Amino acid sequence: MGSEEESAVKEPLDLIRLSLDERIYVKLRHDRELRGKLHAYDQHLNMILGDVEEIVTSVEIDDETYEEIVRTTRRTIPFLFVRGDGVILVSPPLRTA
Amino acid sequence: MVLLSSHASATFVFGFGFRFEINLMFVLLGFVQLFFSYFKDLVGREVTVELKNDLAIRGTLHSVDQYLNIKLENTRVVDQDKYPHMLSVRNCFIRGSVVRYVQLPPEGVDVELLHDATRREARGG
Repeated sequence: MGSEEESAVKEPLDLIRLSLDERIYVKLRHDRELRGKLHAYDQHLNMILGDVEEIVTSVEIDDETYEEIVRTTRRTIPFLFVRGDGVILVSPPLRTA
Repeated sequence: MVLLSSHASATFVFGFGFRFEINLMFVLLGFVQLFFSYFKDLVGREVTVELKNDLAIRGTLHSVDQYLNIKLENTRVVDQDKYPHMLSVRNCFIRGSVVRYVQLPPEGVDVELLHDATRREARGG
């Protein structure tokens, strides 16, 4: 397989193939976001990520003022398998050129 | 290492005609089942399975199947104060579809092997 064919993006999953071993951003259902290094994926978008930071966003209503309070909870996990059915989008690393 | 190599698994079970056919079928259709193979190699390790209802269960991985259903042994719920009704559960079967995450033991992740297997699966799938 030539290097030209390796790097061509012909179908959507090719974009993810090129992100292997790179830090990616994953948006999940129920206001969850992950950032981590992509080590493995399949056609369901099941993934194994390394050095993962998970951000969970929740909105609470203040009892008295009825103001919306946005809370974000962060945690880090060394290695994580993510089931693909929760995935909304995958974004390759930001290239700071 | 048998891990993640569809061809290896096909030859591995050659003596058992039926299993061989099934494995060969997966190979031919390109369903190499990377994560199924990966979890099979993790059997015996401690993992934490996080479910879609936020319940997190830690236990020893007993077995896994093609749907990524998981059987855990010696389980304990991570947040026991929140889920006291799970205190007496020591073994459980978890339907694959209710899993959100599986936290993996760092020593059970061979990064290079995963990259190779993923590239192989991306080509075949």
